[in-house]
Amino acid sequence: MDNANYKIRTRDLRFFYGEKEALKGITIDVKPNQVTALIGPSGCGKSTFLRSLNRMNDLVEGAVVRGTVLVDHIDIYGPEVDVVALRKKVGMIFQKSNPFPKSVYDNVAYGPRVNGIRERKVLDEIVETSLKQAALWDEVRDDLSRSGLALSGGQQQRLCIARALAVGPEVLLMDEPASALDPSATAKIEELMYVLKENYTIVIVTHNMQQAARVSDVTAFFYIGELIEMDETRKMFTNPSVKQTEDYITGRFG
Amino acid sequence: MIGRKFLDFTVTTVSASSALFIILIVLVLIGDILLNGWSTLSWEFITESPMQGMTEGGIFPAIFGTFLLVVIMSFVGVPIGTVTAIYLSEYAGQKSIFARAIRFAVNTLAGVPAIVFGLFGLGFFVQFVGGGVDQVVSGGAELRWGQPNILWSSLTMALLTLPVVIISVEESIKTVPRELREASLALGATKWTTIRKIVLPNSITGILTGAILAVSRGAGEVAPILFTGAAYFLPKLPDSLSDQFMELGYHIFIMSTQSTDVEATIGIQYATTLVLLALTFSLNFSAIFLRYKVRTRSAH
Amino acid sequence: MHKGQRTQLGQDREVVEKVHRPTLELGITGGPHSQRDGEDRGRDPLWWKKRLRLSEFLAEKLVMLVAFVSFALIVLIFVFVFRETVPLLLSSSEAKVGLHPPEEQETYGDVAPLVTERHQTPKSESKGASMDVSGEGSADIKNLSGPMWQPVSSLPKYGLFPLITGSIKVTVVAMVIAAPIGVLAALFTASFAPRWAKEFLKPAIEVLAGFPSVVIGFFALVVLASFLQSVFGFQYRLNAFVGGLALSLAVIPIIYTISEDALSAVPKVLTEASLALGATRWQTALLVVLPAATPGVFAAILIGIGRAFGETMIVLMATGNAAILSISPLDPVRTMSATIGAEMAEVVFGETHYSVLFLIGLILFIFTFALNGIAELFIRQRLLKRFKGN
Repeated sequence: MDNANYKIRTRDLRFFYGEKEALKGITIDVKPNQVTALIGPSGCGKSTFLRSLNRMNDLVEGAVVRGTVLVDHIDIYGPEVDVVALRKKVGMIFQKSNPFPKSVYDNVAYGPRVNGIRERKVLDEIVETSLKQAALWDEVRDDLSRSGLALSGGQQQRLCIARALAVGPEVLLMDEPASALDPSATAKIEELMYVLKENYTIVIVTHNMQQAARVSDVTAFFYIGELIEMDETRKMFTNPSVKQTEDYITGRFG
Repeated sequence: MIGRKFLDFTVTTVSASSALFIILIVLVLIGDILLNGWSTLSWEFITESPMQGMTEGGIFPAIFGTFLLVVIMSFVGVPIGTVTAIYLSEYAGQKSIFARAIRFAVNTLAGVPAIVFGLFGLGFFVQFVGGGVDQVVSGGAELRWGQPNILWSSLTMALLTLPVVIISVEESIKTVPRELREASLALGATKWTTIRKIVLPNSITGILTGAILAVSRGAGEVAPILFTGAAYFLPKLPDSLSDQFMELGYHIFIMSTQSTDVEATIGIQYATTLVLLALTFSLNFSAIFLRYKVRTRSAH
Repeated sequence: MHKGQRTQLGQDREVVEKVHRPTLELGITGGPHSQRDGEDRGRDPLWWKKRLRLSEFLAEKLVMLVAFVSFALIVLIFVFVFRETVPLLLSSSEAKVGLHPPEEQETYGDVAPLVTERHQTPKSESKGASMDVSGEGSADIKNLSGPMWQPVSSLPKYGLFPLITGSIKVTVVAMVIAAPIGVLAALFTASFAPRWAKEFLKPAIEVLAGFPSVVIGFFALVVLASFLQSVFGFQYRLNAFVGGLALSLAVIPIIYTISEDALSAVPKVLTEASLALGATRWQTALLVVLPAATPGVFAAILIGIGRAFGETMIVLMATGNAAILSISPLDPVRTMSATIGAEMAEVVFGETHYSVLFLIGLILFIFTFALNGIAELFIRQRLLKRFKGN
């Protein structure tokens, strides 16, 4: 197997929260420049899994992780790994858009600034590129000083994407990024993902089966902390090999 | 059923009159002080020093002393309280024994009588710290820090108001949405950067509220400064931290209980009380207003 | 089972498998920004390496340090209040019975007239008596438990009994007034009050709570005392009743606030169920709401007692400050807190009198500490119940 062809690999990833085992040994390989969708009913562990890829779960008190997560062949839970550097490399978009109560400009410039970039020119350039990449530039270019919270829901979410891109990540983790948006805003985000995957590796958690089918190259089906099936999206949605997957996809449960 | 109706009426009336009593007493208190204090209050009263053995003149030194007291107190108490609140809400784990000890201590502190703080100020700041400094500086030959002064009063007051600051700031920090913290961390910001750039700016009203409440409390408490630095009368304003000071509340206490002719200075007493009330009330109202703003934000 | 050890997140953990061998094929997917990122992180084979962030490290240590300082200060309060009483405890263990004042049986009625006028304050009183200060007094157990408080005399007497009973007397008066008013007003707010009434009451409470105690003391001294004397013809203008009444003004907001919290936390379903069964509003209020909130109301009263017991300025100004033993609330009274407030500024540091005042402070501290602890338990129990109930 060509190791270099995988951006993220997990081996027997287990996640404990107190007595509860939220992930029961997940082994997954994620290819670069693809969209990988994680689907499954609520509480199946897909969000937990996503959040352990950039160690956001570190913030959960009393949580214990076992197993291995390799990002570019580095075990990110290793003792010498810098969480801050990891999170710069592996960006995250949250379910609820969460712009800072700052201007559009300051939102996007936040990441570069905390990483030590001070020159206005450089920041200007990063802000513009990121907003363009997030397909928001045309809508906000006239007034970058307006509050990020003044934008519409869909715009806010794209602002969050721009903000994540500004740090220069290689992976984007998206936790149901469109679940709170109306169909047209959702469509914009989905288009965006299609463009973004040329430069980034995207892992998305979604509740929406059609969305998974539309945007992803590979789909993984989670059920109660276990990975039931993972395959190319086309195959998963037409001809799943596990009965449970089929039941879920066809809406028989969940 | 007349009995039931009657009882219903009685209980309502009794409880309503309790409430009415509270409102009335507040009106009487304010009315009495306002009516009696207003006639003596003047620009000169606020800007001049006491004259003729404190039977005439103004209360400027007391206002100045109060101001100095709360400023020094805030400079010490607000940062310590804020940082402690940051520790409690951002660094300490939920099961941290140390954090629980702090919380317990803070709760306890809030219930300790003010006079006990005065004792502590005397025993710790004046005698232990101040006396120690004197020993080091002059071998105990000169008594400079080892006696009551404005610094020790302010520090005692800072300790008294510490719980106010900690509780207010922590409450406000909790209203900063978790999503904002996560967003910042996910962008590769460190914990401290996140606190500095996201958490603190978004809880600034809470810090301000805590500071204002502390100042209001500090301006109104007299017991802790009775023997840690307040003075009866001083011919000049304090110009060093090792000086004693005059203070509004203490002035009221002194003028109404210790002066040679209490009746003659009743106008001064009322006017001083009015000034103190105006000060604490304006502070309290701004704190209530700010807190209201914080609460509506957290509700939304 | 995996061979990696179960470890706490963020802590060191066993290195698993082929990790930490960055391969050269990295960087193929570097985002478009990676080049302008200065250090070219996308291609940096050591991107994952932990680096020392000095400011981060220092900030954390500083925060911990400050938190520790504020904790230490709180502990120090106890230590230092206690420390100053140590000489006393040491000397009393030696039990210098010989110095025990013989004329202990002397009546104490003669103290009272000293304080009929309101400017007969502790200061002038102690000044009057301080003509014959002898150097050393002793404070053994017998002296401390004696019936007389005459710290400044040729044979100082440090009997705490009148002070303790004084504090209790004033507190009882204050609570008899404040507890019903506070709780009833809270009940009114929670069960009966129309919106507009609440809008008057809540700010009024906030305002009352905001009154500095010295202002309430001043009001009691100047207005209340004379008014009550002219109405009821008290023998002494300043007495335990006046002090207790004034004190109740400071305690009412506390009792009200905590009780109201507890009362309004009673689930609406309970009151609705009661009303639906045909109970009237007062029946619901007294038989359902109040009992359900009992722990909270009880806590409110305990905290109120603690506040009343420790409050200094009001009692110092309004009670007359005569250390006499009597049951009548219409006699002047000297509380523990007022004794400290009045006498501490006059004593010689380290002397017996000084230590005894610290001992009084220690008693106040421990008493209020215990009360607050118990109150806390009640409040927590209520919370527990509520959580379990849901």
